[in-house]
Amino acid sequence: MIEFDHIAKIFNRGQVNEVTALRDIQLHIQKGEFLVLLGSNGSGKTTLLNVLAGAILPSKGRLLINGEDVTQLPEYKRSRWVARVFQNPLGGTAPDLSILDNFRLAALRTRPKTLRIGINEAFKKNVREKIAGLGLGLEDKLQQPMGTLSGGQRQALTLLMSVMDHTDILLLDEPTAALDPKSAAVVMQTAEKLIEEYQLTTVFITHNLSESLRFGNRLIQMHRGEIVRDLDAAAKSKLRLQELYGWFD
Amino acid sequence: MTFYLTAIVLGLCLAAMGLGIYITMKIFRIPDITTDGSYTLGAAVTAVLLIQGWSLPAIIAATILAGALAGVLTGLVHTRLKIDALLAGILVMTGLYSVNLSILGRSNIPLLEVGSIFSALAIFEKSIFNELWVGVLFLAILSALLAYVLRTDFGIAMRATGNSESMTRALGINSDRMKIIGLAIANALTALSGFLVAQYQNFADINMGIGIVLVGLGSVLIGDALIHWLKVQHIGLQLLLVLAGCIAFQLVLAVALSLGVNPNMLKLITAVFVLTIVGIPRLVRRQAV
Repeated sequence: MIEFDHIAKIFNRGQVNEVTALRDIQLHIQKGEFLVLLGSNGSGKTTLLNVLAGAILPSKGRLLINGEDVTQLPEYKRSRWVARVFQNPLGGTAPDLSILDNFRLAALRTRPKTLRIGINEAFKKNVREKIAGLGLGLEDKLQQPMGTLSGGQRQALTLLMSVMDHTDILLLDEPTAALDPKSAAVVMQTAEKLIEEYQLTTVFITHNLSESLRFGNRLIQMHRGEIVRDLDAAAKSKLRLQELYGWFD
Repeated sequence: MTFYLTAIVLGLCLAAMGLGIYITMKIFRIPDITTDGSYTLGAAVTAVLLIQGWSLPAIIAATILAGALAGVLTGLVHTRLKIDALLAGILVMTGLYSVNLSILGRSNIPLLEVGSIFSALAIFEKSIFNELWVGVLFLAILSALLAYVLRTDFGIAMRATGNSESMTRALGINSDRMKIIGLAIANALTALSGFLVAQYQNFADINMGIGIVLVGLGSVLIGDALIHWLKVQHIGLQLLLVLAGCIAFQLVLAVALSLGVNPNMLKLITAVFVLTIVGIPRLVRRQAV
């Protein structure tokens, strides 16, 4: 499904502040895998995610999605496969646009946005039903600007938006970092439900160690731009929180 | 009466530019000051083609094309060369001065001898009523078209680009291309204001665009204040309030002149007026804190 072939990323090459964010990453992610990415700040996990999303182009190596070489493809063209939830709840939605407008764009993620009015009664009904499924009571507020919602509500809606159009890969970049524990739980439950329902291949970055144990079927730890640990589902299920703390000493 | 009607007609003629500035300033959040150049460009193209006897629809098309080209140029400089939008606008605006001068051939072309859109569509005896009705008709068509475009899927993508760029790119929108298209539409609208004003004043002048961006900004700020005050969400109604802002702006200037203000002071008054619109809400907010 996703193949990192000797990917490296060096920022500010040849300058005093040169940083090697990724060095020679070799990683194969299977279809349907729910990969949890751990690592301290500066370990390169966000860069890895950005390379996959196309927000950053790698300095070396090749990236393949479904066997297709996408190394040089810009972010807006990768949206054909990739949906993304950002750490900042503001990042994944347009605050001044209504919930409905946001969902309309999300429903066209893989398709061109043409000069026709796409928001009709059938579309509204579809969005209302999908949002009602979240159980947040937002289904009657479709015309409300996204910016008036709380961070948790926006993250939950962003998740839902990512499955409004065909998605293969879901990228979750610390989606709960800015949320209170209760909202975080709602967002992660929503994520889990959608990932299972739509059989999404998922890459999930988190700093929350108990989250990293509870979710996913593969665990990778990064350190200084390299993958230092890679646990499959069986090994991951045996892992204890105490042991995980030890990784960061 | 005629005095105020004149101000309203001028407000309508400048409202096309107001709609354009609303797009760049409020939808894309780009400070675009190509305006001064593309406004004169529209007037220059109109004047020269009117004298050469082109038909009005052809002149409108040529004006739109010229304005859009100016916008595309600013957009390319801004997005491809990663130059600050403000500087990109100044560069294109400055360059346009020479372009406009070579189109006009001299600094001023009078249009008294040729017909205009106002005389072509005349239905009243008194010319001011014709100017009023043509202005209303023209702006009604423009606003309706723009409101439609902004409500389409493409329009939602446009509105999202200025609102959350990370989101738009993640949703498959080429934000650079979107900005270029936005600047093209905005400057095409501005050029249409040049088209209307040149025919309304019966001349095109190389200096007619100097400081016109400030008039547009002030008008849009009034419109925006109304939009916030009335909490208007519907995009079509928002555009109508921008039109109202453009007319209000000209009425205030007209009142200032009628109070005996020296016309030479008009630009200073415009600047102070815009400063007041921008400044007062901030002063009020500071007191509230």
